[in-house]
Amino acid sequence: MQQISNELQAKREKALLGGGEHRIHQQHLKGKLTARERLVVLLDDDSFQEWDRFVEHRCNDFDMAAQKIPGDGVVTGYGTINGRLVFVYSQDFTVFGGALSEAHAEKICKVMDQAMKVGAPVIGLCDSGGARIQEGVASLGGYAEIFQRNVLASGVVPQISLIMGPCAGGAVYSPAMTDFIFMVRDSSYMFVTGPDVVKTVTHEIVTQEELGGASIHSTKSGVSDLALENDVEALLLTRQFMDFLPSNNREKPPRMTSLDPGNRQTPSLDTLVPADSAQPYDIKEAITKIADEGNFFETQPDYAKNIVVGFIRLQGSTIGVVANQPMFLAGCLDIDASKKAARFVRFCDAFNIPILTLVDVPGFIPGTAQEYGGIIKNGAKLLYAYAECTVPKVTLITRKAYGGAYDVMASKHLRGDVNFAWPTAEIAVMGAKGAVEIIFRKDKDDVQLINARTDEYQQKFANPYVAASRGYVDDIFEPRYTRERVCRSFAMLRDKKLENPWRKHGNIPL
Amino acid sequence: MFDKILIANRGEIACRVMKTARRMGIKTVAVHSDADALALHVRMADEAIRIGTAPSADSYLRIDRLLSAIKATGAQAVHPGYGFLSENAEFAKALAEAGVAFIGPGIKAISAMGDKITSKRLAAEAGVNTIPGYTDVIDGPDHAVAIAREIGYPVMLKASAGGGGKGMRVVNNDNECRDGFERATNEAISSFGDGRVFAEKFIEEPRHIEIQIMADQHGHVVYLGERECSIQRRHQKVIEEAPSPFLDPATRKAMGEQAVTLAKAVDYASAGTVEFIVDANKNFYFLEMNTRLQVEHPVTEMITGLDLVEMMIRVAAGEELSIRQKDIKLNGWALEARVYAEDPFRKFLPSVGRLVRYEAPQATEHVRVDTGIEEGSEVSIYYDPMIAKLVTWGPTRAAAIEHMNDALDGYYIRGVSHNISFLNALIAHERFKAGRLTTNFIAEEYPDGFHSYDVPQSDPLIPVTIIACLHRRHMRRGAGISGQIRRFETHLSDNWVVIDTDKHYPLTVDELDGGFEVTHEGRVHRITTDWRFGEALVRANVNGVPITLQVDREKTGYRLFHRGSERRLLVVTPASAALTAHMLEKIPPDMSQFLLSPMPGLLVRLSVVEGDEVKIGEELAVVEAMKMENSLRATDDVVVAKVLVKQGDSLAVDQPILEFVREGKAN
Repeated sequence: MQQISNELQAKREKALLGGGEHRIHQQHLKGKLTARERLVVLLDDDSFQEWDRFVEHRCNDFDMAAQKIPGDGVVTGYGTINGRLVFVYSQDFTVFGGALSEAHAEKICKVMDQAMKVGAPVIGLCDSGGARIQEGVASLGGYAEIFQRNVLASGVVPQISLIMGPCAGGAVYSPAMTDFIFMVRDSSYMFVTGPDVVKTVTHEIVTQEELGGASIHSTKSGVSDLALENDVEALLLTRQFMDFLPSNNREKPPRMTSLDPGNRQTPSLDTLVPADSAQPYDIKEAITKIADEGNFFETQPDYAKNIVVGFIRLQGSTIGVVANQPMFLAGCLDIDASKKAARFVRFCDAFNIPILTLVDVPGFIPGTAQEYGGIIKNGAKLLYAYAECTVPKVTLITRKAYGGAYDVMASKHLRGDVNFAWPTAEIAVMGAKGAVEIIFRKDKDDVQLINARTDEYQQKFANPYVAASRGYVDDIFEPRYTRERVCRSFAMLRDKKLENPWRKHGNIPL
Repeated sequence: MFDKILIANRGEIACRVMKTARRMGIKTVAVHSDADALALHVRMADEAIRIGTAPSADSYLRIDRLLSAIKATGAQAVHPGYGFLSENAEFAKALAEAGVAFIGPGIKAISAMGDKITSKRLAAEAGVNTIPGYTDVIDGPDHAVAIAREIGYPVMLKASAGGGGKGMRVVNNDNECRDGFERATNEAISSFGDGRVFAEKFIEEPRHIEIQIMADQHGHVVYLGERECSIQRRHQKVIEEAPSPFLDPATRKAMGEQAVTLAKAVDYASAGTVEFIVDANKNFYFLEMNTRLQVEHPVTEMITGLDLVEMMIRVAAGEELSIRQKDIKLNGWALEARVYAEDPFRKFLPSVGRLVRYEAPQATEHVRVDTGIEEGSEVSIYYDPMIAKLVTWGPTRAAAIEHMNDALDGYYIRGVSHNISFLNALIAHERFKAGRLTTNFIAEEYPDGFHSYDVPQSDPLIPVTIIACLHRRHMRRGAGISGQIRRFETHLSDNWVVIDTDKHYPLTVDELDGGFEVTHEGRVHRITTDWRFGEALVRANVNGVPITLQVDREKTGYRLFHRGSERRLLVVTPASAALTAHMLEKIPPDMSQFLLSPMPGLLVRLSVVEGDEVKIGEELAVVEAMKMENSLRATDDVVVAKVLVKQGDSLAVDQPILEFVREGKAN
C-alpha cells in the first residue's frame, strides 16, 4: 500500500508543478500567477476540489507523445466563494502555453456540464496561447464543444471569464458568450487576429496592447466589463462580484445582512439636480446614496459612459441599476449605450435580478455616424430588452425624459411596475425650444412670439404632472425620500409573477 | 431691542449671526443670490429675499436691493457680517438715512479707519505705536545713518520705485548702513532708473497679533484680549489662536490700552479689531483697524465666554456694555483652522464643486464648527471657497491643539479638494507646537509648496490594526451570505495580512464580546469600536487610546485617511498575501505633458498658441459638449510646445489637445 500511495503522491506532485519551475518563474516575472495560485486567491481556503488532475493529451504527432504533462494545461474542478458553489477552470500557461487540446477541452466541458446539472456558476480563468496546433482539427473541435456549452448555459447559470493572459483567435468566442469578461491590464489581450496578420492584410502596424488590451476593450470596444490592475485584484474583485449573483436562473439573488435602514433619508439629493437644466450632474451620486452602504459595483465604467450600469443592494438584496449619465453626452442614448444597457437588462432578467432605472435622457444622439451605425436596430435592443423583461422594474425619472427615449427607459408602457418622478422631472416629447420651433415653424422669425411660446411650452410640459395625470407616473416625491420609496417598491414586488407568451425564442434585433 | 434684523451676508457668518439672533428672540431676514437659493443661511432665516444673480456685484453688494429687502420685511437693523458691505461707509450712510440701525460702528469710524494714511495718522496722534520710518528721500550716507539711529536698528532701506526685493537692504549698524545705502541706491538706479531710497524700521520675526475691542454708544470701551494670526499663506490667514503664545500680561495690557485709546479717538461703538505687527522683542506697531466682526472672532469668544454678535446687537440698540475691563478674564486656549476648498498638493489651487459627502466633527465643549454649508451644497466660483471654521478649545494650548487634531481627523469632505491634511501638518509641526510663529512661517517651512512628504508620520500600525478589525467584520458578514452549500460553510480565518504598498503586517484578529484582540508580532492590541457597515468615520479605541479614522471602502481594499495622510490598504489571507509578491509595480504612463480632452465634444476655443507661457489656473481651451461649455485650465505653470488640434475640431475623450513643456524643463 505504501508503495501505491507513494506513486499517487509522486503523480500528484508532478501535476502540481504544471510546466515546471522554470516556466512558473517565467510566469511570475510577467507579473502573472500560475493557474493554481489563481485559484488560491479566488476560492475559499481549502475549498477547491480538483478533477482530472491526471488527464493527458492523446496526440502522438510531432513528438508530442514524449511531452505529456498531467492535467494537460488546465486545472478544473469546483470550490466555494463565501460558501457558495462555483465551478472553475484555470488555464495553465506554463503547460504548452496553455494551448487547448482535445483533452484540455474535455476537462472544461466536464465542469460546465456538471455546473449545468447542479445549477452553479462557471468561472473561467483564461491564459492560453490558442489551439494546440499539433492536434489540428481535434483542438478546433474542442473549442466548438465549449462554445456549444457556453450557449446552452447562457441564462441558466452565470458564466464569468477572467482574461489573465493571451486569448486570441477562435478562443475569444468562448468568453464572448459568457455573461461578464474581466481583463487584467498589461498582461491580457483578446483579438480575433493578431498584430502580425493585421500587418500582412491591412498594413496597419499595431501592438497587442493597442489591438486588444484591457484598456481598449474596456473603453472602445466594450468587450470587457472591467479592467483590473493585476491578477490578485481581479480575483479578489471576482469574489465580491459573485456575492451579487444568484447561482442559477431558478434562484433569487443571494441576501447579505444589511444594517442600512430602508427609510434612511438623503437630504443632499434634494440639491443634486441643478436649477439650470443644461447643467450636468453625476447620477452615480444618486445611485450610491440610494444603495445600501453606498456600495455600487459598476460594470463597464469606461465604456459608453453616457449610461451607467451595475449592481447595488437594497436591504441586503441585489438590484441591477441602469441610469442615464448627464455628465457624458448629456445622458443621451446612442448605439454603444443602448447595447451596453440592453445586455445588462437581459442579464438581470435572466437571473431574477430586479432592475432600478434612473432616467435623465434628452433623446437619442443625432447624426450620420449614429444612423449609418444602425441606431435604429441598436436602440431597439434596449427597447426590446426592457419590454421583454419580467423581473420587478422600478423607474425613477430624475429630470429629462424626452421623446422615444422616454418610452425606452423602462416606462410604464413597457410594463414598468412602479414609475416615480422627482419634482424636477420633465416628461415631454422634446425640449421646449425644439418643440416650439416645430409647432410654430411659420413664425420662426418672430423672436418675441417664439420666446413666449417656449415659456408656455416649458410651463405646460416641462414637469412630471402631465404624465402623472395620466398615471404614467405613479407618484412624485422629493429626492430625499427616494431610498425609502424604492426599497418599499421592491419589497412589494418581491413575489412578482409575470410570464411572457410561449415561444421558441423572441427575435431581438441583433 | 430689535424685533427683526436683516443679515446682509451669506455663508457661515450669516448662519453665525442668525444663531445668536434666534437665541435673543430676534427674527431674522436672509438675503441671497440665485446661486444661494437653497443655501443653509436661507433656510435658517425666518424670511429670505432674493437680491440678484450669482456675482456679488449684482447681489450682496447691491445697496439698493438690500434697502428694498429691508423695506419689504420691516427689518429694524442690519448686520453686515464681514466682507461685502461690512466696512462700506456708503452703506452705513444709506441705512442711517433709511432710519435702520447698522450693527457696526459709526460712519466716522468706518471712514477714518478705511483709509490707510488717515488711520495711521490718527493712530500716531492718539499715541498708538506706528512703524518708525522716514518716508522722504534720503540725501546721502550720513543722512542715512542719522535717520537709522533715530529709527533704531535694524533698519530697512528701500528703493522708492522698488519692488520684488530689489534695492532692499537690512542694516544693523552705522557701517552697514553706509554701505547698504550705497548698494541700495546703485541697485535702485540700475533696476528702476530711479535712485531714491527711504528708510523704515525692520521688523524681525514679525507676528500678526490683533486686539479685539468692544465699545458702546456711551463711551465705554473694553479690550477682549488678543488673537495671533501669524500663520498666513499669501496674506490669507490659515490658523488663528487666542491668546497669543508670545505675549506677556504687560504687553497685552499695553496693546489693549492703545487699542482702546484709538477706538475712543474715533468714537467707536461696536466690535472692532486693531491689528498690530509685533517684533521679536515684543515691540508692537499699529497696522490697521478693522471696523467689523472678524472671521476669527470665535477664538476670542471661546476664551472669554462672550458672544460678540450679541454684544454688537445690544450696543447697536443703544444698550450700555454690561461688562467693564476688570470683568474680562481669559480662560484657556482656543485655535481656529480655516477649512478651505483648495488642493494643498497642487499649489493650493481653489477647488469648486459639489460637496458630495460632508460630515463635520461633532460640536462639543471643546469643538465648535462655524459653517454655512452642508452635504449637497455647492462651493461656487462666485464666493470665498471657505468651507468652515473649525474652532477648538482646551485648558492649555497643547490641549487645544490635540482637540484640533482629533476634530480634523473626523472632518469628512468628499467632492471637492480640501486643505485638511495641510491644517493637520501645520498644527503637528514642531515649530508650531513650540509657538515660534512668524508671518513667514508657511513660506519658510514649505518654501516650494506643500507635498505629501510634508505630512507628519504617525505610527502606521494602529490604523492597520483597526482596518484588520473592519475587514474581519466584512468577511464575517460575507460568510453569512445566503445560498451556502453544506460541508463548505465558510470557517472564517483569524489570520490576515494587511498590505500597505510593500509592507506586510501579518495579524491575528480575534473577535471577542464587545471588541477585538489583534495580535501583531507577539503584541496584543485591544480594540473597541461602535463602527457600523457603510460608515466612513471610524471611531475606535486602541489600547485605551481613542482614535478617529476615515475609511473609504474600495472595490478590493480600503483607502484610509488619518492625521493628514492617505494610504491604500489591502487585507488578504496569508496565502494570497504571499502571492502579491509576484504582482508588478505599474508605472502610470506620463500624460502630464499633454492637455487631454475630458469628454467628447467640439473644440470651440483655443485660448493659447504655441510658445505661450501659461500660469496655473489660466484657460487653455474650451470644449463644448451637448451645448455645455467646459473651460480647460492649466494645472501647472507650463509653456505650450505644440497645438495638436484646431479650433472647430471634434474631440474624442482623452484626445490630446496640447503638448506642454514644463516650466524649468524649458530652460
